[in-house]
Amino acid sequence: MTRLAVPKTYKLYIGGKFPRSESGRTYEVLSKKGAFLANAALASRKDARDAVVAARSALGGWSGATGYNRGQVLYRIAELLEGRRDQFVDELMSSEGLSKAAATKQVDTSIDAWVWYAGWADKYVQVAGNGNAVSGPYFNLSTPEPTGVVAAIAPQEGNSLLGLVAVVAPAVLTGNTVVVVASEAAPLAAISLSEVLATSDVPGGVINILTGSPQEIAPWLAGHADVNALDLAGAEAIDWVDLQVMAADTLKRVLPPVTGAPAPSLERIVALTETKTVWHTKSLI
Amino acid sequence: MTEVSTSSARFLDYAPAPESTSILHLKKSYGLFIDGAFVKGHGTPFQTISPATENTIAEIANANAKDVDTAVVAARRAYDKTWSKLSGADRGKYLFRIARLVQERARELAVAETLDNGKPIKESRDVDVPLVAAWFFYYAGWADKLDYAGLGPRPHALGVAAQVIPWNFPLLMLAWKIAPALAAGNTVVIKPAETTPLSALIFAEILQQAELPGGVVNIITGAGDTGQALVNHPDVNKVAFTGSTGVGRAIAKSVAGTGKRVTLELGGKAANIVFDDAPIDQAIEGIVNGIFFNQGHVCCAGSRLLVQESIHEDVVDRLKSRLSTLRLGDPLDKNTDIGAINSREQLDRIRELSDIGEKEGVERWTAPCVIPDKGFWFAPTIFDKVSPSSTIAREEIFGPVLSVLTFRTPAEAIAKANNTPYGLSAGIWSDKGSKILAVADQLRAGVIWANTFNRFDPASPFGGYKESGYGREGGRHGLAAYLESAGWNAPVSGANK
Repeated sequence: MTRLAVPKTYKLYIGGKFPRSESGRTYEVLSKKGAFLANAALASRKDARDAVVAARSALGGWSGATGYNRGQVLYRIAELLEGRRDQFVDELMSSEGLSKAAATKQVDTSIDAWVWYAGWADKYVQVAGNGNAVSGPYFNLSTPEPTGVVAAIAPQEGNSLLGLVAVVAPAVLTGNTVVVVASEAAPLAAISLSEVLATSDVPGGVINILTGSPQEIAPWLAGHADVNALDLAGAEAIDWVDLQVMAADTLKRVLPPVTGAPAPSLERIVALTETKTVWHTKSLI
Repeated sequence: MTEVSTSSARFLDYAPAPESTSILHLKKSYGLFIDGAFVKGHGTPFQTISPATENTIAEIANANAKDVDTAVVAARRAYDKTWSKLSGADRGKYLFRIARLVQERARELAVAETLDNGKPIKESRDVDVPLVAAWFFYYAGWADKLDYAGLGPRPHALGVAAQVIPWNFPLLMLAWKIAPALAAGNTVVIKPAETTPLSALIFAEILQQAELPGGVVNIITGAGDTGQALVNHPDVNKVAFTGSTGVGRAIAKSVAGTGKRVTLELGGKAANIVFDDAPIDQAIEGIVNGIFFNQGHVCCAGSRLLVQESIHEDVVDRLKSRLSTLRLGDPLDKNTDIGAINSREQLDRIRELSDIGEKEGVERWTAPCVIPDKGFWFAPTIFDKVSPSSTIAREEIFGPVLSVLTFRTPAEAIAKANNTPYGLSAGIWSDKGSKILAVADQLRAGVIWANTFNRFDPASPFGGYKESGYGREGGRHGLAAYLESAGWNAPVSGANK
């Protein structure tokens, strides 16, 4: 007798918890071939705003943690993801219609991206900052710091796991907290990733994952005064220029849309940081 | 009021010591500097006046949209045909030449700046112009070392940079914009502020003396519409703006979706935090310098004094007696501490906000000084016991007006300091290094001065957090704002394989 499967309920990931959408809405997630896979939460404006509140509350603790600590937390994500490779491979095969080899490659690349970025957490400051030889008796040092709360649209076409990791990891390693809108068509890997995050050592609120329509949710994030930066990586297909215009109201830092999953780069890390320069007098002895 | 000034007159008054204007050889009217030559503008010309006397200095051409286009075309041609073909070493040599010429004509530039802007000659002579030369000298050396700028090998220039600068440090802001742009290999169209075009036009003569190839730097004068036409020109690759947050916001909107690179240096409402263990004499000087330097026309001015409650009265008393010794008057006089407000419009804004402060019930104190009959003046003013929600604690006044707030604990100081949409600069005064570093970590501001204030250096990045804008000027970071990496920073193995 075949065993009757126990399907998972896919929900949002906000503040370290798994709420349904406050709107009560869901949408059907279908496989590439059109078969029903699951009902995902259709996040609303209120969910987006709740996620921003969670991200803001988590910012002080996360940005105040040492780089060494953040690096270990990110590495721990890679460890847990490694242990659940098969689950993610299956999920990508069904939701993206990938071959086993292609799905495996995406999962492995995602794990390696966490590892690569984890190692930057206690190093990017040295590479992106510097001491400044000013003309006078002053100690003068420039160091990068996290920009704050980052709202991101994860890549929407394929790469439903890797794309999400590629926008989230470079943001959080420096101490930013993130609200990310997952791939609308293939959100299941994102929600499964949030289960990994919840059981690793990532503090609640550091990474918040919304599923639903970027078209509907993104404007609320772009216009939100408590969001400091907007990563439009996966916004190519929606009216992202309007989002950039909305973001200008509070002079958010804006990263442009990219095709595919953004490659790991120091540039993405630094783009979501602010350089602080501290001067201190030296006494004349 | 009169009593105080007469009593201080006994021992503090100096004989007038005005810097002579004979060093200037001004023209009656100035054209636009396009493609290496002065040409006529097609808009209606305007007068630039001295804010200290309201006398006309010269007639200035006004660039309309057609002139803006001519300038951008010239900059593009110069980029394609000349500047991008030069070696970094040769670009550097031009910048070194410019630095030397600025030094040679330093006094003339200082006098012109003071005449047109209203700032005291001691500031234009000892701060603005020396920093202008330093800025060109610093970036000159970068031009042939771009591989070491932190962007990987062979970073490339962006193309044509559109630059719009404010009236508070006319020539210095020009240097902040032009020097890194040229070192990185870009060509420039720059628009000085409407009320302070003079030093930029003398600078154009310096470019001719340096034999900088035509079109590499184009200087077009005009008002907001000229700036708008420049920023929105489709053939511009980079926009750099220093000015108000309102205009910065409009620029950010207008360039959305164009792919133009943007840096914005906008407003500020800096907290200057004085702890009870501060070196008090230095702190008083630092507070005065922080808000009354350049009549408070400084985006990073320490306009909110946060003073620890236990020393509040002492600090305010000392400030009042120190401010009573400041000399307000002829900006060309070498003894002048406080010059003229740059324009009637700005004076009106300072008055309006100060009146609001009074209406909101804040205690106002004005330094006793004689206001000249002509020109635009505002005496140093302190508002004491200001609440964080008060208009004068929130809005950038951009004038010699200090708001005093108090705090009890470092945590309260940090919370109040960060309670603003701005995040450009901050000051910390304490003799305890560990406290300074801990507080500096928590302040959301791009430049933090500890036991000093308003220090600038070409090697030191400057720029804001939050609504004070984005991007940095100065140092390696300021160079990166004019460069594109050649895709250096992806890992060669591992995650990206």
